[in-house]
Amino acid sequence: MVSGARLEVRGVSHAFALEKRALPVLQAIDFIAEPGDFVALLGPSGCGKSTLLRLVAGLEPPSEGQLLVDGVPITGTDPSRTIMFQDPTLFPWRTVRGNAQLGPEARGSLAANAARIEAALSLVGLDAFAEAYPHQLSGGMAQRASLARALVNEPRILMLDEPLGKLDSLTRLAMQRELVSLWQRERFTALLVTHDVEEALLLADRVLVLSDRPARIRADIRVETPRPRRRDDAGLVALREEILALLGLAQAA
Amino acid sequence: MSAGPALSPRARRQTAIPGFGLAFGITLFWLSAIVLVPLLALLLRPFELGLDGLWASLAEPRVAASLRLSFGAALLAAALAAPLGLLLAWAVVRLRFPGRAVLDAAIDLPFALPTAVAGLALTALLAPNGWLGAPLAAWFGWQVAFTPAGIVVALLFVALPFTARTVEPVLRDLGREAEEAAATLGASRLQTLRRVVLPALAPALLTGFGLGFARAVGEYGSVIFIAGNMPMVSEIAPLLITIRLEQFDYAGAAAIGLAMLLLAFGVLLLLNLAQRALRRGLA
Ligand SMILES: Nc1ncnc2c1ncn2[C@@H]1O[C@H](COP(=O)(O)OP(=O)(O)OP(=O)(O)O)[C@@H](O)[C@H]1O
Ligand SMILES: [Mg+2]
Repeated sequence: MVSGARLEVRGVSHAFALEKRALPVLQAIDFIAEPGDFVALLGPSGCGKSTLLRLVAGLEPPSEGQLLVDGVPITGTDPSRTIMFQDPTLFPWRTVRGNAQLGPEARGSLAANAARIEAALSLVGLDAFAEAYPHQLSGGMAQRASLARALVNEPRILMLDEPLGKLDSLTRLAMQRELVSLWQRERFTALLVTHDVEEALLLADRVLVLSDRPARIRADIRVETPRPRRRDDAGLVALREEILALLGLAQAA
Repeated sequence: MSAGPALSPRARRQTAIPGFGLAFGITLFWLSAIVLVPLLALLLRPFELGLDGLWASLAEPRVAASLRLSFGAALLAAALAAPLGLLLAWAVVRLRFPGRAVLDAAIDLPFALPTAVAGLALTALLAPNGWLGAPLAAWFGWQVAFTPAGIVVALLFVALPFTARTVEPVLRDLGREAEEAAATLGASRLQTLRRVVLPALAPALLTGFGLGFARAVGEYGSVIFIAGNMPMVSEIAPLLITIRLEQFDYAGAAAIGLAMLLLAFGVLLLLNLAQRALRRGLA
């Protein structure tokens, strides 16, 4: 079985050119995710979370600094580092199954992965919709299809960009539980971007709290609470207050 | 106009376009006044020859050859224009280079230029002593002007903007996300092109092909200069129609017109069906 990879982010800064001016988005980001770590990234909207995932995915090179997987610099995309985008970005002319199998199809290992594709579809609860086209899905179903598409590739690093953002709260709870058990089974390294402090604390071993743009790491918080976690766990509640304070959203007690 | 009786709930569904009845009425009126009535005249005219006469007129080797040439050259030109138009649209949408705005404007030139001017220019260029014609003849022994190859070049010139401009907006909408998603799943650039970009563009490419073909098959002005117009070899059907008109053979001219109409309709219908099959999955 493949297991998670070690991700090193060393002094990474990134800027976009916006109207001919440089827009700094990431500033001196430094962290190491050990194999099998579950790291949550929390930060205000527009601070650069998705950008950081894009760099790890290899879609763009960083303006400064280095990203390494198991000591090897990232130079481009690779199916062992899959990303579930913030928008589902499904291919509209392919069915749900067609979308899920694009990875194996591209690598010419469709037959070997047939069972895995079906398993991924049933994991996200879309087996009945395998032949449906994306426009026939609800927003949440589209996100689940996109998750299935990522899982099929047996990623060693799985990046999730607000994967549960469009789900109703019930499905969301179920999917959170599924994500954790999936991660416990497959031991990939997970990078989860979320706006939901509670979700970060329920799922992750580590929460990186980012500042406003340009994003810097303001805090690196370990979550030691054993799983399965309860959201009303006293330790988690205390951490939640701490993080909200860091984000400038402390609740007036 | 009032809505027809007992529409299914589907047709009644609320949309921004005014009522089904009104839209359908305008469509029907437009179709009959502008398209169907003139076509009906074209349909009836050749039968003045009688069915046998009509058949004899079309079976003339010269007519058959001109129809073959017109449709063959138009299909070939449209088939060449599709990938070239895609390339042009790609350059305009995705690449940033000095002179991009000029290229963008130049794509539309064949729309604006009187086609006779285009024909004259192409002929001068490709004639055996022209800038391009001379080296082509000297190095490869190719003669382009005054042959069917010249016709294809002229038709390509008029068909190209149609494919480029129909693909362009779709390419713009496609965005990079779909390609990036494919890349992160392990698809190579070629696979991304084949499995993601081309399927997304296929309906637009097909439309562009159809428009380019339709424009090319009826093209007259730019072709007659470069074609040489040798009966049986490089004489296009629209030219033959003109020749018959000049001989006051109106029914004979209309007979060729009818044949062109039916053939073109067949091609466009096939394209339309193919497109439906392609769009099946899309909303
Ligand atoms: N291709 C681009 N060109 C220019 N600027 C960009 C580009 N992509 C992102 N940006 C800018 O970078 C900043 C960070 O974007 P990013 O998508 O990483 O934010 P985010 O933290 O994921 O926000 P959200 O939580 O709202 O998704 C934004 O200000 C955005 O305008
Ligand atoms: Mg984002």
